Amino acid sequence: MTPPIVSADIAVVGAGPAGLAAAVAAAESGATVVLVDAGAQPGGQFWRHRPETVVPVPDGQGHHGWKSYLDLRARFDAARHQGLITYLPGLQVWMAQQNQPAQGDDAGFTLRTTPTVAEAASDRSAAGARTVVARRLVLCTGGYDRQLPVPGWDLPGVMAAGGIQAFIKANGILPGKRFVIAGTGPFLLPVAANIAEAGGKVLAVLESSSPTTWLPHLRAAAGVPEKALEGAEYAAVFARHRIPYRTRSIVTEVLGSGSLGADHASGVRTAKVDADGSVRPGTERVYEDVDVVGFGWGFTPQMELPLSFGVETRLDTDGSLVGVVDERQQSSVPGLYLAGEVTGVGGATLAVLEGLAAGTAAAGGSALPQKTAASEKTTARHRRFAEAMHRAHPVPPAWQDWLTPETTVCRCEEVTAGEITEARESLGARDARSLKSFTRAGMGWCQGRVCGFASACLGAGPGASPTAESLSSAAKRPLAAPVGIGELAALDADYEDPTNSLLKGDRA
Amino acid sequence: MSTRARGAAKTAAIGGVVRVSFDGRPLEASPGQSVGAALTSQGITAWRATRKGERPRGLFCGIGVCFDCLLTVDGSANQRACLVEVREGMEIEGSCREDPSEETGGRA
Repeated sequence: MTPPIVSADIAVVGAGPAGLAAAVAAAESGATVVLVDAGAQPGGQFWRHRPETVVPVPDGQGHHGWKSYLDLRARFDAARHQGLITYLPGLQVWMAQQNQPAQGDDAGFTLRTTPTVAEAASDRSAAGARTVVARRLVLCTGGYDRQLPVPGWDLPGVMAAGGIQAFIKANGILPGKRFVIAGTGPFLLPVAANIAEAGGKVLAVLESSSPTTWLPHLRAAAGVPEKALEGAEYAAVFARHRIPYRTRSIVTEVLGSGSLGADHASGVRTAKVDADGSVRPGTERVYEDVDVVGFGWGFTPQMELPLSFGVETRLDTDGSLVGVVDERQQSSVPGLYLAGEVTGVGGATLAVLEGLAAGTAAAGGSALPQKTAASEKTTARHRRFAEAMHRAHPVPPAWQDWLTPETTVCRCEEVTAGEITEARESLGARDARSLKSFTRAGMGWCQGRVCGFASACLGAGPGASPTAESLSSAAKRPLAAPVGIGELAALDADYEDPTNSLLKGDRA
Repeated sequence: MSTRARGAAKTAAIGGVVRVSFDGRPLEASPGQSVGAALTSQGITAWRATRKGERPRGLFCGIGVCFDCLLTVDGSANQRACLVEVREGMEIEGSCREDPSEETGGRA
């Protein structure tokens, strides 16, 4: 069956900080907006909170920028009541296309969606799949924890650092009792703080970088005083709960034996590292009785939808592939705007500013957005801060040395580091796409979302960083979300429907 | 046991408890919890076995990206446990072997 069509001036994908801001700004500029989001309620990952069916008025505990969320949410709800925003939660976009310009050059975009959770398994009376047609499109798809494989990281009990935080925020409980958090970046701090405040024991936070790498970037940090305040809050939480913060330290292996059995994380082996990530001999240490290990190496922007339009991309300071935008957040594709982590990982405050700019610009046609000089300065300060953070918390170049040939790299297809090295050395597979075809790394359910960065690094070789082309081939996905055969078959029905002139022309 | 769960289906959650079943066994969850959270909080941290190595898997990314936590919910296969909210009477099925110690145990 062909899904019903919903049309508006502007379609926004994502209801996190950037998407909410974009939708609100566009609606307040007088445009009609359709907001599509995979989540069941607004907030995205950053402002994820208990289901409002259970906790109607969340108190924002453990959240940052909650006032900003409440402000955006109130404006969002008001615009919905005015009929300016159509909110479509619980839907993920599996295909996004630019319509062929039948008349004029403003034919717009079509989004095909599928329920995030199968209708039979869903508690919400979700409306079911919709096809969204809009003149302009704002993609605010956010990001997720970047991962580096390490021996034992595929054991149950090992989670993404952001996954632990999402678990706490959404469920109000902890996924275990005794935690070790490892990786790099300022995000490890709020994760550990959330765990401790919820009653969990954090045995250690292991940061591969060193605070001395901060010193050259202090000027940028000083420009964003609220970040210094956040840092002071975490320091207080760490002191109160006696959480050890060990710098230049990594997990070299997740151990899977002990009381919970060989098939569950039970401890970690750690070591001190040099600035490049090389393990210092003799610094090994074991933490026992650990039931949850959280890893986070910065974030990977969710790029498949921008890439499906062929937007111009660049490598950001943190090594992530991001979309290039102009001062109005417009990508290289006219009418397609990007905001939030897809233009560079920079946190929620920056995402909101970018979302507001994108929404205003998308609604205003060729007119410049009503950006004040003050907000432009704030945006610039936050970008400088984000860049300083990226430079202070790099992925250590020597990380590939931590792997054994048996270490799983692609969790879905169970491809090992040894198989990838073999494909690189013997078959000359040096980018993520060749590795995919030779080893099946990145070909499973997650389509390389989890192992894409690591595979691209391994293809580039020891100590090397992946190119934008390799990262792009890792992040390009024929379908942005898994769909059933029925939904694919329905595409044909769309084309055969003679009343549907907007969609008729978009057969590429 | 699944009969009990089915009998309770469609009735409202009582006293802040949602009754579901996992592989036929009754399980109590809290309203609004994800299936993944309901299982994990009961000490069930793996409910899927990988195709090749039959390695156990449960929650990993926690936000719908990694697809490691797939299971079957009310007959719908390949649902992400981290995203599905528990509902009274929900029947949840994993794909791990019933008893990992049984060499000949078939997959659910």
